[in-house]
Amino acid sequence: MGRTTTIIIAAAAAVVILAGVLLYMLGRGGEKAVNQLDAELTDMQLPDANGTAAAPAGAAGGKPLVVVSWGGAYTKSQVEAYHKPFEAKTGTKINSVDYNGGVAEIKAQVEAGNVTWDVVDMEIADAQRACDEGLLEKIDAGMLPAAPDGTPAIQDFVANGITPCAVTTILFSHIVAFDTTKFEAKVPSKLADFFDVKNFPGKRGMRKTSPKINLELALRADGVPGDKVYEVLGTKEGVDRAFRKLDTIKDHVIWWEAGAQPPQLLADGEVTMTTAYNGRIFDAMVMENKPFKIIWDGQLLELDVLGIVKGTKNLDKAMQFVAFATDTQRLADQAKWIAYGPARKSSLPLVGQHAEKGVDMKPHMPNSPENAANAIQIDFLWWADRQEELNQRWAAWLAK
Amino acid sequence: MGGQISLAEQYRRSGKRARRTTFMLVLPLLAFLVVSFVLPIGSMLMRSFDDSTVADILPRTAAALRSWDGKGRPPFSAYSALADDLSRANRTGQIGKVATRMNFERAGMRSLIIKTAREARGFVPPYAQAFNQVDLQWSDPEVWGALRHASAVATSGYYVSALDQTRKADGTWVPKPEEEQIYLTLFARTLVVAAGVTALCFLLGYPLAYYIAHLDERRRNLVLILVLLPFWTSLLVRTTAWIALLQTNGVVNDVIASVAGEEARMALIHNMTGTIIAMTHILLPFMVLPTYSVMLSVPPALKRAAVSLGAPPWTAFWRVYFPMTLPGAAAGGLLVFILALGYYITPALVGGRTGQLISNMIEFHMKTSLNWGLAAALGGLLLAAVLVLYVFYARLVGMNRLRLG
Repeated sequence: MGRTTTIIIAAAAAVVILAGVLLYMLGRGGEKAVNQLDAELTDMQLPDANGTAAAPAGAAGGKPLVVVSWGGAYTKSQVEAYHKPFEAKTGTKINSVDYNGGVAEIKAQVEAGNVTWDVVDMEIADAQRACDEGLLEKIDAGMLPAAPDGTPAIQDFVANGITPCAVTTILFSHIVAFDTTKFEAKVPSKLADFFDVKNFPGKRGMRKTSPKINLELALRADGVPGDKVYEVLGTKEGVDRAFRKLDTIKDHVIWWEAGAQPPQLLADGEVTMTTAYNGRIFDAMVMENKPFKIIWDGQLLELDVLGIVKGTKNLDKAMQFVAFATDTQRLADQAKWIAYGPARKSSLPLVGQHAEKGVDMKPHMPNSPENAANAIQIDFLWWADRQEELNQRWAAWLAK
Repeated sequence: MGGQISLAEQYRRSGKRARRTTFMLVLPLLAFLVVSFVLPIGSMLMRSFDDSTVADILPRTAAALRSWDGKGRPPFSAYSALADDLSRANRTGQIGKVATRMNFERAGMRSLIIKTAREARGFVPPYAQAFNQVDLQWSDPEVWGALRHASAVATSGYYVSALDQTRKADGTWVPKPEEEQIYLTLFARTLVVAAGVTALCFLLGYPLAYYIAHLDERRRNLVLILVLLPFWTSLLVRTTAWIALLQTNGVVNDVIASVAGEEARMALIHNMTGTIIAMTHILLPFMVLPTYSVMLSVPPALKRAAVSLGAPPWTAFWRVYFPMTLPGAAAGGLLVFILALGYYITPALVGGRTGQLISNMIEFHMKTSLNWGLAAALGGLLLAAVLVLYVFYARLVGMNRLRLG
């Protein structure tokens, strides 16, 4: 008896939920209209008591700008360095949204004609792909402000820093980091040591998601000079050579996917050395006082960019935001909050101390002259051509 | 009277009304299923063979290549058509779409198309020579073969890739180089893992369900809550809890090390072992609950009757009790198996290198490589495999005998 009642109640609840979801989905069309009405109401200039039109922040700013980024400390650095001064300057409100990277969501929005994101922070390879597929607005490099000394933006940015659809904000770096307490007699100092498990014992952490980074690191550790890496990788023999080098440590690797994992793996003692994003290791070292050290030798630099989603209704403001956020001062300010290098050469001398810890940030910039001595930039255009077959070979190699 | 309706007619009408009411009652669910299930899955499956990107953006080339059988050199008309199409696509900004699409067919096509499109406006006859001057790859018939395959409105190319094959210009299938073969291995692995997890769930879940069903009512509810509690906990929390338990310096290994020494630490996670342990734990309630509720409905008198007729306890269980609980266990097994086939978060988190399943590749092509056509083809093959297995299962167990409670 009691059981029957329970079943009836559960069934009724299920039907109510389903009906609710259905009504919600059908109502989405109506919701759009409501949103529009809402926007019109906000834009409407309401007369104040004296009958004159008031111009509150909402009217000056209009629709809030939706800026999408990676979340966590990284978004915080952007909120402090770009969003807050932009809001103060223009009165436009910025809604900050987090995502996990990739182009899938942008593609879905553009294809459905329902664009809700305006500006997206993305890896340059993703931005290039999105640009190819017509998912991003073209950005005119001419509208970017020049450096304080008058150098035009095009010369002020790092190589490949401005692409047809995207403007670079920071350089981040794939580095090798190790736990200093695990290597007291012999201390690793160069990239090749990462592949030397005999002299530097212990498990290694490596990024599982793609062959990019791993193949380059393997070749550099195998003695290929920086400027020859992509030439060598362009041949079947070169790819074989990279995989052979990776074979030598395959059984010692713990694979990670999210950027938060490598510092955790080091801290837990799961690995003694790992590849990682330099900013994450900086946080662990400086903010959490972990005994980690970065090997800058052979680091791989990658660019992170801002792009504007095709079909945004906030195009002018989005352009204005991109130009503002990538000016010399803003990029230098961002380095107060996170250990990623500003994409403008003119920003580098302005980099100061960490806003909370007071640490001098210049030695932690991946593109500072000392750290970048043996660095190369990841060639995203080369990868755009080769990723299909190499991703597949990578997945097959991993699964074996 | 003439206006009087016959009894049969009245009966028919009331039956009709009842049917209409029934239909109205299920209509919300039907509409919900169509909107949220049939349409998205249908449109996703469409993507696996319906891709008109190249035919739309390079229409003249598509027409010119249609008359070519893929043997020898492409017709001259194809060269001029392509020069024309490329320069127009370059002008309208659609060249990137073609380039990306073509790179799915053949590595290196992206830069080849973009580079050629930039120059195509200045091409003059003889076109073949103009193409070869930009890049000698254009003298390779396989490049034209890739264009021909991709410009067909309905393409089997994604299914060809999903089966670890590749197509020559004339349409014959050849296996991919061995170091690039991956999907068939993963399909097989996924089926084996799903079957293994189902078997483990049965071995662990059946005795547990039996135990719960034979407790007195008060304790039964308590133990049932213990089964349900993890069921109500977030999947991610349960998976990460296993990482804390099983990692090299985790709880389990610390215990092992304290008993058998440091060398005895085992790799329990970030491999296939971890995937199977975590998936079995997460899917266990789906086996326990249907089995348990079917067990409740088996009258205890039956087993007593069997024993009183002279059956030893094992025979009474095996010949009388077990067959009556089989519908529940079979339904639980089907639930676990089908859920296990599509699992991807757990293998992604604890599977490491060797514990990855086909769903992880589907996710990769959806989110990272943006090759939705290939993701759809892989999903379509998985769906087909499930349907085939379902038919076998239905034959074996009898679908009308399955019971969830």
